[in-house]
Amino acid sequence: MTMVYEDHDDEPASDIPVRRIRFTINGAKKIAEVEPRLLLSHLIRRGAGLTGTHMGCDTTNCGACTVLVDGAPVKSCTMLAVQADGHAIETVEGLATASELHPLQEGFKAEHGLQCGFCTPGMMMAAKALLARKPDPTEEDVRWALSGNLCRCTGYQNIVKSVLWAAAKMRGEA
Amino acid sequence: MYPSRFRYEAPHSLTEAIGLLHDGGDGAKVLAGGQSLVPLMKLRFASPELVVDINNVPGLGYHRADPDGTLRIGALCRHVDLERSELLPASQPLMAAAAPVIADPIVRNRGTLVGSLCHADPQGDWASVVLALGGSVVAQGPAGRRAIAVKDFVLGPFENALAPDEIAIEAVIPAAVGTRAGGYLKLERRVGDFATVGVAVSVETGPDGAVNRAGIALTGVGGSTIAATEAARAITGQPLSADTIARAADLTVAAARPRSDHRGSADYKRNMVRVFTQRILAGAAGHQERAA
Repeated sequence: MTMVYEDHDDEPASDIPVRRIRFTINGAKKIAEVEPRLLLSHLIRRGAGLTGTHMGCDTTNCGACTVLVDGAPVKSCTMLAVQADGHAIETVEGLATASELHPLQEGFKAEHGLQCGFCTPGMMMAAKALLARKPDPTEEDVRWALSGNLCRCTGYQNIVKSVLWAAAKMRGEA
Repeated sequence: MYPSRFRYEAPHSLTEAIGLLHDGGDGAKVLAGGQSLVPLMKLRFASPELVVDINNVPGLGYHRADPDGTLRIGALCRHVDLERSELLPASQPLMAAAAPVIADPIVRNRGTLVGSLCHADPQGDWASVVLALGGSVVAQGPAGRRAIAVKDFVLGPFENALAPDEIAIEAVIPAAVGTRAGGYLKLERRVGDFATVGVAVSVETGPDGAVNRAGIALTGVGGSTIAATEAARAITGQPLSADTIARAADLTVAAARPRSDHRGSADYKRNMVRVFTQRILAGAAGHQERAA
């Protein structure tokens, strides 16, 4: 996979630094050639074509671009794509299987955890990491874990309920 | 937003990293957590020609206590490591209080304490915490290692004392003289915002209840991190009584240099400095009574 860039400069092509990286997205092995200044969010959206990862503020505030890097939530607009070399990336597209939604997705549906849906992929990825670490979280745990993700629609109430719903389902209680 | 074009190296040893920095001169920059540097590069406030990513350098992710109680925090120790630390709550109440309120939980997965000190943002929380604890930064360069006290390390807003070919490899917190108490209180409009006001207090008390050593430092109420040295001096050698606490709070307020802005008026911020200083010191006094 090779990225295609807008060309605004006039230096010789041979002077442009490019690195070859190897990583996985949602379990699939990938190779890419990237300029070091390419952001991870752009590698995911434009390079891999996985547009479920949203870019909101582009300034490390909103958390819409949250993906998992080796299982830990990271704001993908604030990590260089070259830094993904040798690492495992998970995006919202990796949650569902061909036939089944992930419990988090079911939870957001059951508890009306989204309105416009823009923040939802980031919310789900942050929540996935929480549930992996803490399968039986309190409401406070959920609010704490999602405090780096902004939602401008829901007032968060139903997002918190959705995550708690998913936690119960994943524990086999729902 | 894209950063401007740069060369990228990800060395596997400190020696290699220092060599790259040496060759890169003023145009080179170290990348650790990247939670301040990458946004600055995207906004083109920083445009390094060479980025030396130290994330592949092994053995820098630690935080550990020496047998004498000195705490060492490696350059790749993330905020989240300190937030979930089993070591800090008992021996480092101020650091344990600060770790969960740095930035937001996602940023804490990447950002580092040492990087935060290097970034030297006047609104950064860790600089106040480490300043109150009398900590230092260990820098490694071609000529070897040197320790720099944090009060001398942060030269000004976004300016540190490192030479272009030095890497800050660890932060060091000296062992307590007696029992350490204290805390960090931060007023923020929402999680992830910069501090409207942050107050870091550390007191070390002997068996008689008198304060052996104290440090008070302020975030967000001046052009740089402020050490309230007069306030710390006023409680040193004294028991933590209502009178000494009130006096220390007065002197801490006097050290603050807040400006009115969208986060609040200068008077409001001064008042919050007073409230937070009193609250942490009263908590420390209570901790002392329970221990006695």
